[in-house]
Amino acid sequence: MNGVHDMGGMQGLGDLAPEAGGPVFHHPWEARVHALTIASPTRGNIDVGRHQRELIPGPEYLAMSYYEKWFRSLSKLLLQGGFVTPDELASGRPAAGSPKGEPRLPAGAVEAAMARPGSYIREVAAPPAFQPGDAVRCRNLHPRGHTRLPRYVRGHVGEILAWRGAHVFPDSHARGEGEDPRHLYTVRFTARELWGEAGGPRDSIHLDLWEPYLERA
Amino acid sequence: MTHDDSDHHHEHDHEHGQHPPSDMELRVKALEFLLVEKGLVDPAALDAIVDHFEHKVGPRNGARVVARAWFDPAYRARLMEDATAAIAELGYVGGQGEHMMAVENTAGAHNMVVCTLCSCYPWPVLGLPPVWYKSAPYRSRAVIDPRGVLADFGVTLPDEIEVRVWDSTAELRYLVIPERPAGTEALSEDQLAALVTRDGMIGTARL
Repeated sequence: MNGVHDMGGMQGLGDLAPEAGGPVFHHPWEARVHALTIASPTRGNIDVGRHQRELIPGPEYLAMSYYEKWFRSLSKLLLQGGFVTPDELASGRPAAGSPKGEPRLPAGAVEAAMARPGSYIREVAAPPAFQPGDAVRCRNLHPRGHTRLPRYVRGHVGEILAWRGAHVFPDSHARGEGEDPRHLYTVRFTARELWGEAGGPRDSIHLDLWEPYLERA
Repeated sequence: MTHDDSDHHHEHDHEHGQHPPSDMELRVKALEFLLVEKGLVDPAALDAIVDHFEHKVGPRNGARVVARAWFDPAYRARLMEDATAAIAELGYVGGQGEHMMAVENTAGAHNMVVCTLCSCYPWPVLGLPPVWYKSAPYRSRAVIDPRGVLADFGVTLPDEIEVRVWDSTAELRYLVIPERPAGTEALSEDQLAALVTRDGMIGTARL
């Protein structure tokens, strides 16, 4: 979706506020939101989680802090998954007679879960359509759902730098249509191709893009 | 925060209404209380997760990777060939580090990492991202004006140095390997690691 989350290349979004060190969490509640999101029974599909945050209406998205967005999304996912009811969320109390669940992530399993070497690479039968060095154009796609094809590269030509194997395809995965693995490539764009004369003549921008986003240029 | 604590604040809000609903601390406590009461979340697991992100991951891990790469040419070669495996050699694995890529700064090229769409960041080696990395100004400008962003961090790059920006649009996570500072030939690996900064590994600083 063409949401405000897709920020690459926008101007006028305010000044940078570099912070050299800084605490990991700036308020204790941020740490709890982070931990709740990881321990939540809704955890498991990273693309659904990302899309939920993208669905926050743009004006609110821009006004919210990072962990406010996480909190909003977690609450929505808990409702959608049927883990809590709107009344429970409003009151903060379990409904009378509501069944007692089992934590998806008990304390004893946290250390192993944090150190689990996962992978998004899957086997597919089809060979990759592109090879390193190929010129590709990003398709002019404007899906209403989740996508990882930013607006700022659509229609632009880049060069395949590397093939990364077939990875879980977020556009399908976020819709609950399974992992639908597709070939993934690192694509190099010159800054001049993306930004015209505003781009540095030697500079480049690299994105990791799935095959359905690309066509031969 | 203990369970009883949540309970207390919940009652307080419910009976006296002194906290506005925008009070994030209260709302988060209420949600945690609800999920714990329903048996969906183990409060000790939350403590363990917070401890993990506050104490077990962070830029010190990435600094060890960089120092090893500076110190040991064979390790550097493995890191550039298969960063995920080379980083796992040092024990750094887990979520948001499944597919690691090391990108090396040289005399002629400077690398900088961003996630324009959200906040992707290599948790096992850098921990959680700083606020500015997740902010709209950084996410929007890093790709269109990387030299301006670098200038905001006090870095002025000569025109002849090429800037390579890496937008983390998939599950590949990028770690910038800064150039080894001059005059560090006599330093030990531990001393080298102490020179490596978080921003150096994001690419918003030069060492």
